[in-house]
Amino acid sequence: MINDAHHENYVSICNVSFQRGDRTIFSDLNLQIPTGKISAIMGPSGTGKTTLLRLIGGQLKPEQGSIVVKSQEINKLSREELLKARREMGLMFQSNALFTGLNVFENVAFPLRVHTSFTEQMIADIVSMKLEAVGLRGAIDLMPNELSGGMSRRVALARATVLDPKLMMYDEPFTGQDPISLGILLKLIKELNTNLQMTTIIVSHDVAEVMQIADYVFIVGNGKVLGQGTPAEMAVSEQADVKQFIKGLPDGPVPFQYPAPDYIDELIEGKN
Amino acid sequence: MNKRTVEVMVGLFVLLAFILLLFLALRVSGFTDNSFKNGYTVSAEFDNVGALNEGALVSIAGVKIGEIDSIVLDPTTYRADVVMQIYSKKTLLPIDSSASIYTQGILGAQYIGLTSGFAETNLQNKGEIRTTHSALILENLIGQFLFKMKK
Amino acid sequence: MITRLQQLGQSTIRVITSLGSAAITLFVVCFRKPQNIGSAFRALVAQLFSVGVLSLPIILVSGLFIGMVVGLQGHHTLVKFGATSALGSLVALSVVRELGPVVTGLLFAGRACSALTAEIGLMKATEQLSSMEMMGVDPLGRVIAPRFWAGVISMPLLAIIFDAVAIFGGYLVSVKLLGVDSGSFWSNMQSSVVFSDDVLNGIYKSIVFGIVATWIAVYQGNACIPTAEGIGRATTRTVVYSSLAILGLDFILTAMMMGGW
Repeated sequence: MINDAHHENYVSICNVSFQRGDRTIFSDLNLQIPTGKISAIMGPSGTGKTTLLRLIGGQLKPEQGSIVVKSQEINKLSREELLKARREMGLMFQSNALFTGLNVFENVAFPLRVHTSFTEQMIADIVSMKLEAVGLRGAIDLMPNELSGGMSRRVALARATVLDPKLMMYDEPFTGQDPISLGILLKLIKELNTNLQMTTIIVSHDVAEVMQIADYVFIVGNGKVLGQGTPAEMAVSEQADVKQFIKGLPDGPVPFQYPAPDYIDELIEGKN
Repeated sequence: MNKRTVEVMVGLFVLLAFILLLFLALRVSGFTDNSFKNGYTVSAEFDNVGALNEGALVSIAGVKIGEIDSIVLDPTTYRADVVMQIYSKKTLLPIDSSASIYTQGILGAQYIGLTSGFAETNLQNKGEIRTTHSALILENLIGQFLFKMKK
Repeated sequence: MITRLQQLGQSTIRVITSLGSAAITLFVVCFRKPQNIGSAFRALVAQLFSVGVLSLPIILVSGLFIGMVVGLQGHHTLVKFGATSALGSLVALSVVRELGPVVTGLLFAGRACSALTAEIGLMKATEQLSSMEMMGVDPLGRVIAPRFWAGVISMPLLAIIFDAVAIFGGYLVSVKLLGVDSGSFWSNMQSSVVFSDDVLNGIYKSIVFGIVATWIAVYQGNACIPTAEGIGRATTRTVVYSSLAILGLDFILTAMMMGGW
């Protein structure tokens, strides 16, 4: 099993520490993303979930530790090797990040033009195919500012998957979507993962949606992994921080009150 | 705005700049006058060049035919050796021509005015004009005037 | 007291850090080979349009008015000395040596450079630069470099156009409006303007201004805080810094040129 041609874990994050300025985002983080499955990384806001995706993608380098993607240490690659490695990764940004100067066709075709030397005809065929898969083949000539929020998100999805990457990362894909778009996104993410045999990482804090499609869940907070398991296991976990997050309890390990002096004392002093 | 239109407009922009550059070169700065390949040099020695500058004009009958190339002190004769660049080889100067230093207007820049002589042979390249009249120095004039007045 | 010193030290370190970062950006933009020559050229043409061609209206109008004002003011003073024949030289020399490169530079900084910073800053804030990087495209090469070269190329072209239009404006006011003799206007101009010393030096100045202003614009956009407020502040900084840099460099360059290099 360990010397399998298919590694059991597509992404291996070992003892990673990362700081931004004087804030420690991760300290000694350990995370294994299983191959071929949909893994969700959840946690309170500001715990550095997006930073984690950037570390996996090689945009940021950790201070300590190693990040292994498909048996390559991402943080040690040269520019050319990183370029090749990124060909196999797709990242869908929270803000869609469609190129405002290009229309839908050109946006989706962009990675093809960069990484391949396909003919115009081949590019057109692949782009149509991907847009058909997300249901937007009719919008092929529109500009990004003419698209609705949900449509932009689907175009971003088409663009991120156009090279049939083996690792697909979604940064907060469900934020601010109406129920219909949500349903479409869930369906697309699940189908892509199965049909293209990808490894999927979803970073989100939409517990209900994520639990529907994830095979494995990680809860990250305070720079470490607080809890991990299948959705079923997480739903009944008695661990305090996991329970607070999953059930959405207002108070718990993440406190309700912002640190402040004692209220009764303040009231008494005020009276004097 | 499709790609073709954009490319055309950028091309026009660059073209416009080059045309106007030519305008600046030819109409604004009189660039064409200064092609030294078709000219030749003559020199002349003056007792006093006054405020004559390098690049000042050289003219005959008021027409600009060249400019001052250099003004150097001759270390043996202590006179100013002025080299003039005549623009065109077609401008022929007889060897007995004379050179004088004049002032444009009353307080203007100084220039060299040549007067043509009557000889049959002409000055060649690096030839020398023998007859020269130096610049009128205002202080000397005033001094002479006062001297005359005293008499 | 100590905290003040600490703050001063920190600010100094910050300034030096950003200066170093800006220098590295410039170096990379100038010397990294483009990933694809064809698309790099097409991007350059597109940027020449947005940076150069779209600045033409303001340059043309300003050039015309400045030339007309110089003609008017010059005539007002020269007429007292009976020296209106020198008006042609006055207009041409002031425009070609100073007003052309400097005013074009300032207008360029205000219109084109602020637009560049805003555009790049917006791309940074909407994560377009990040996603480009994730797709294996170098944003410095694909987005920043064409804009930088477009600015460097456009500035001298715009300065030449400004010069010509301003001289024309001066001609309109002097000859057509104030009755100066056309022949002496142009001939005096031609005898006092030297192409290599006056016109060319002005163009060299505009090239330097173009490099510095565009560099500042492009760096500020790339290094801004990726929020709406951050973009706004970066844009303001671009206009202020490049305007000051142009004026300061103008003095230095003029001193160098007058002193005979």
